[in-house]
Amino acid sequence: MAERLEAAPRALRPGRRVAIVALLRRLAAMPLRDPFAFAGLLIYALFVLVAIFADQLAPVPPLEILFTGTGKLAANVPPGTEFPLGTTNLGRDIYAQLVHGSRSALAVGLSAAIVVSSVGTIVGLVAGYFGGGVDSLLMRIADMALSLPFLPFVIVLTGFLGASTTNIVLAVALLLWPNSARVIRSQVLTLRERAYVEAARVTGASRWRILFVHIAPNIMPLSFVYAAIAIGWAIITEASVSFLGFGDSTSVSWGYMLQDAFSSQALSRGQYAWFVPPGLCIILVVVAGFFISRGYEEVFMPRLRGR
Amino acid sequence: MRFVLERFAHNAVALLAVTTILFFMFRLMPGTPLAAYINENLSAEQQQLILEQFGLDKPMWQQYLIYLANLVRGEMGMSFFQKRPVIDVLLETLPNSLILTLTSLTIAYVFGVLAGAWLAWKRGSWVEGAAVPVVLATRAAPEFWIGMVLLAVLSFNFGWFPSGGASSPGMIYTSEWQRIFSLDYLHHLVLPVLTLAVYLQGLPLLLMRSNMLEVMHEEFVTMARMKGFSEWRIVIRHAARNALLPVVTAFALGIGLSMGGNVVVETVFSWPGIGRMLVLAVANLDYPLAQGAFLMIALVLAIMNFVADMLYMALDPRVTHGRKA
Repeated sequence: MAERLEAAPRALRPGRRVAIVALLRRLAAMPLRDPFAFAGLLIYALFVLVAIFADQLAPVPPLEILFTGTGKLAANVPPGTEFPLGTTNLGRDIYAQLVHGSRSALAVGLSAAIVVSSVGTIVGLVAGYFGGGVDSLLMRIADMALSLPFLPFVIVLTGFLGASTTNIVLAVALLLWPNSARVIRSQVLTLRERAYVEAARVTGASRWRILFVHIAPNIMPLSFVYAAIAIGWAIITEASVSFLGFGDSTSVSWGYMLQDAFSSQALSRGQYAWFVPPGLCIILVVVAGFFISRGYEEVFMPRLRGR
Repeated sequence: MRFVLERFAHNAVALLAVTTILFFMFRLMPGTPLAAYINENLSAEQQQLILEQFGLDKPMWQQYLIYLANLVRGEMGMSFFQKRPVIDVLLETLPNSLILTLTSLTIAYVFGVLAGAWLAWKRGSWVEGAAVPVVLATRAAPEFWIGMVLLAVLSFNFGWFPSGGASSPGMIYTSEWQRIFSLDYLHHLVLPVLTLAVYLQGLPLLLMRSNMLEVMHEEFVTMARMKGFSEWRIVIRHAARNALLPVVTAFALGIGLSMGGNVVVETVFSWPGIGRMLVLAVANLDYPLAQGAFLMIALVLAIMNFVADMLYMALDPRVTHGRKA
C-alpha cells in the first residue's frame, strides 16, 4: 500500500497530460467528425465577423432617418439596389438595422452565457464536492429558481427595474443557472469517487486544489454545452422582452426590429423583408447553439454516439 | 403514498417560495410600500378598504402573514386601472389561456408523437436527414415571430382568419359555454393555436424519435421479433407504448411551461388571456394585477409539475419510489 501511494503522484502527472492532449485532440476533431457541430461553429463565426465589421458592411447608421433625392422621407421603400431590404415607415435602412442587430445579439448572448455557465459551474462544483448542508441549501435554491415561470419573471423584473440589456441578462442568468448547476453537480458526484481524486487526496492536496485542479477541468465541456444553450435562450428572451415593449430602446436588436415592424403595421402592408430576416437570424444563431451542444455531447458522452 | 406526499410538499414549498419572492419584489418597487396596492386611481373608500384588508400600516412581517392569508382566500387587491378585484379579472382571463394552451398542446403532441415515431422508423433516410434540422429550426424560432409570419400570410394576405381578439365586435353571448363553443370564438382561436402548435411540436417529436430509437434495441422488442410479430405491430404495440412514457410527462410539464411562454403569443394575437393581462399590467404599473397574474401562472406551473411527477410514477412500472422490492 505504501509504495503505491508513493508512486501515485508521479504516475498521475503524465497520465493527466496525456488525457488533456487526448481531450484537446477530440475537441479539435469534433467539428470534422460531426457535420452539425461544424455547421454550428461556422454560423457563430459568420455572426461574429458581421458584428465586428458591421460599420463596414452597413455604413448607414441604423437609426438615421433617410430622405430620397427629392428631399422626401424615404419611408417604406421596397427592397432594391439602394436599400437591399427596403426602409421602415420612418425611413430607416432595414439592412443596416439587421447588420447592427448582430452586435446586440452577440453582447446579450455572450454575457448571459458567461454568467450562466460560470455561476452554474461554481455552484455545481461546490454542491457536488462538499455535499451535506451546503449541497441541500444550494439545490433548494435551484429548485426555487426553476419553479419561477420564465418569461413572466423576466417581464416583471425588466418592467419594474427598468428596460436595459443588463437587467435582461441578469434575469436570464437568475433563471438559467440551476439547469447547468444540477447536471454539473451530478457529474462531480461521480468524479469525486474516481481513483485519481482519491490519490490526490491521500497525497495531501487541499480540498480546493482537488476541486479546481483535478475535478473542474473534467466538467469544462459540460460548462461549454450550457454556455452554448444559454446564448440561444438569452437572444430569444431579449427578442421576446423587446417585442413586448420592455426592451432597451436605445440599442438596435433583432427583437427591437420585430417590435418596430409589428407596431407600425408592417404585417398588414406585407413588408416581409422587414420582419422575416430578423427572425431567420435568431433561428440561425439558436440552431447553431443546438448543433454545437449536440456535437459536444456526442464527443463527451459517447453512449449517444451514432444515434 | 410517501412519494406522493413528498412531491406534494416539495411543490408546495416551491410555490410558497415564489409567493415570498414576489411579496418582497413588489415591496422593493419604486414608490412607498403602499404603492404595491394603492394608487390615486382608486377611490378614497377603496383605498381605505385595501389599507385595512392588507394591513399596510402594520410592520412588514405582519403584512407578509396577512398577504398569505389573503391569497388563500383569493383576495389580491384591486386592479388600479380596471378598478375591479384582481381575482375577478384573473378568473375571467384564465379560461381563455387554458383553452389556448390545451388545444395547441394536444395538437402539437399528437402530431409530434406520430411524426417522431415515423422518423425513428425512417432512420437514416433522406427524409430524416431533412426533417430533423427543420424541426430544430421550429424549436429555435421565437414564438411571436412564428405568429407574426402566420398573421401576415394567413390573416392579412389571404384574409382567412381574424387578426386578433377572441370574438368579433358586437357578438353577445348568453353564457360562457355558448361563447367558447361558438364558431366565431373557434375562428379566432385558429391562428394562435397554430402558432403555438408549430412551436411546441418539436419537443415531443424529438423526444419520441430518440425514445423509439432507444426502445427498438431493448430485449422485449427483440423478443417480439423472435415471436414473429409483424414490424408494424412491434412498432405500435411494443415500442411506442414504452417510448410514450417520457412524452406523457413532458405533456403535463408543457401545460405549466407554456402558460408562461404564452405571454408573447397572446400579445401578438391580442388574445384576452392571462399572459397578455400580465404584460398590460406591467406596462401600466398596475402592481396588484401584475402580482396576481404572475401568481396564477406560477400556481398552474406548480400544479402541473406535481401532476407530471404523479404521471411518471403511475406509468413507469420500473419506478418504485421508496417501496421495498
